[in-house]
Amino acid sequence: MKLNAHQINVDLGAQRVLHDISLSVEPGEFLVILGPNGAGKSTLLNVLSGERVADAGTASLDGIALHEFTPLELARKRALMLQRASLTFPFVVRDVVAMGREPFLDDGDVKADETAVDWALEATDMHSLQQRPYTKLSGGEQQRVQLARVLAQIWRSSNDEARFLLLDEPTSSLDLAHQHTTMRLAHKLTTQGVGAVAVVHDLNLAALYATKIALLSQGHLVALGTPDQILVPDLISEVFGISVTQVRDEASGRTLIVPVGLYSDATRPAPLQAAQ
Amino acid sequence: MSVLAVQRTQGRDLTEILRRLTLPILILLMVGGIAAGLLQGAASLSLSDLSRVLWEVLTQAQPTDQVAHAILLEIRAPRVVLGVMVGATLAVSGTILQALFRNPLAEAGIIGVSAGASAAAVATIVLGGAFAALGPLILYALPVAAFVGGLIATLLVMAVARVGGQSSMSTMLLGGIAVSALGGALMGLMMFLSNDEQLRSITFWMLGSLGAATWTTIVPALAMMAVMLGAMPALMRRLNLILLGEREALSLGLKVDVFKNVCVTLVAAGVGAAVAVSGTIGFVGIVVPHLLRFVVGPDHRVLMPASAIGGAALLLWADVVARTLAPPAELPIGVLTALLGAPFFLWLLRRATREGAAW
Repeated sequence: MKLNAHQINVDLGAQRVLHDISLSVEPGEFLVILGPNGAGKSTLLNVLSGERVADAGTASLDGIALHEFTPLELARKRALMLQRASLTFPFVVRDVVAMGREPFLDDGDVKADETAVDWALEATDMHSLQQRPYTKLSGGEQQRVQLARVLAQIWRSSNDEARFLLLDEPTSSLDLAHQHTTMRLAHKLTTQGVGAVAVVHDLNLAALYATKIALLSQGHLVALGTPDQILVPDLISEVFGISVTQVRDEASGRTLIVPVGLYSDATRPAPLQAAQ
Repeated sequence: MSVLAVQRTQGRDLTEILRRLTLPILILLMVGGIAAGLLQGAASLSLSDLSRVLWEVLTQAQPTDQVAHAILLEIRAPRVVLGVMVGATLAVSGTILQALFRNPLAEAGIIGVSAGASAAAVATIVLGGAFAALGPLILYALPVAAFVGGLIATLLVMAVARVGGQSSMSTMLLGGIAVSALGGALMGLMMFLSNDEQLRSITFWMLGSLGAATWTTIVPALAMMAVMLGAMPALMRRLNLILLGEREALSLGLKVDVFKNVCVTLVAAGVGAAVAVSGTIGFVGIVVPHLLRFVVGPDHRVLMPASAIGGAALLLWADVVARTLAPPAELPIGVLTALLGAPFFLWLLRRATREGAAW
């Protein structure tokens, strides 16, 4: 099973926000979408989730166009976490997470639903807060609840069934440790039949956990490849308008990107004089 | 365990106990309201009169007291049944609208549904000559017209208040004001066109009352309200998803647009029917779900049944009070609910502003 985008074009009013984007993700892959603000990352994710139908081109799952599926059929194959949650009513955390099981209610497998919710609460470190009202949580905790909800949605008793996890900036409000546990979790799920797609802004999170990176700029797919192919200083500098340098962490063997100043500066800014 | 943790546990237990007791308490209140509504009135009846008549009805025995029989079954029973159904319908409509607008300040009266329904009902009274050909079906003309009027008003406000998949509170309230003003103007126009007898009927609409209930007049409206209340079990979980967000609900498999249209149609049918037989009874739809949400939380699987029973209880007791304050005259029940509900609404607004809630 493959989630595929073929020559996707999307218009917002008179403006074209995505141009001829083609990419795909399969179970076992973790695709991270990178790009500056307004590059069209969220729009692309919306197309991949089936929420938005492309103005030209098709997004398909297993060769069938997404708009051929009913919302319920899609909900049983993929979960989507939005960038900003809009829940303002004081549901307790566990009830919010349990809503992720809504597509499976007709199966009547209460035990599976409970297992899924418990697992999702544990995985997001929210188990101890499960009886708290959602509205009383901090922004980061709320984000973890929303993550738990989509995790409960893609939980399966066996790993044979292919499904997809789509995350729009899942780490934006999280502390450093939870940023990494979230990304590591998504990566780990790809070994259990899940194909994951995430929009993130932190290049090094992408470097550490992505198996594949799509680099977007002004609605165009600038580059698509492995982290090593994409996270090279020249490409990143050009797309983000900021000078970066590459450092290699010997311990992990990973290459990391460190920003050093705005790209438009002719030279690197002079280092601050150390106090004498 | 630390002192703090113990206190927190006790606090949670208390909330939990309250939550569990809510439904039984509401049911008791409703049953009490039914009994009071049946017993209280110009002719005094005792509990034993009531039980005897009930027994005779159940066993189909010959009535021993014709007068008590007639008063209970023909005058008070329809009024009590109407009170239960209108109260439940208004409270459940409020609950549904608050979920659809994702805004705890929405209510049929505030967003203009009641005004739309009233205007259509009044127009039917005044221009009713056109419906004379319907014969006995005329009893359906009023609730159906009120349903259509309420539906148009709701769709109008929804279209205006919707900004990028969210409804903004200010636009919703302003839209409600505009639609209510329009409904009011149409009513004014109809009053201008009406004769004395019609004017009296219209005044009744504006004040709201359960007093005109007879079985013949209320059955069509009861049927429409029953449809809305009967749909509750199918709505509860889905309304929870809507509270999560419309996009989230869609991603969880809900056909959001279809579902919202179904909800709006049901609300218009329920409120239209309620308005057609009892006029404008305001604020039940906002007070009941709002207070109950404090106790049982926002989950519609509990909140909706609780609202239905709570709304019924509130309206029954309001009707009892309205009949008791200045006997033998009756205070219009719509006046009573507005006298109590409007200050409550102001308090809610104040509280919302103070807490800087998103809505």
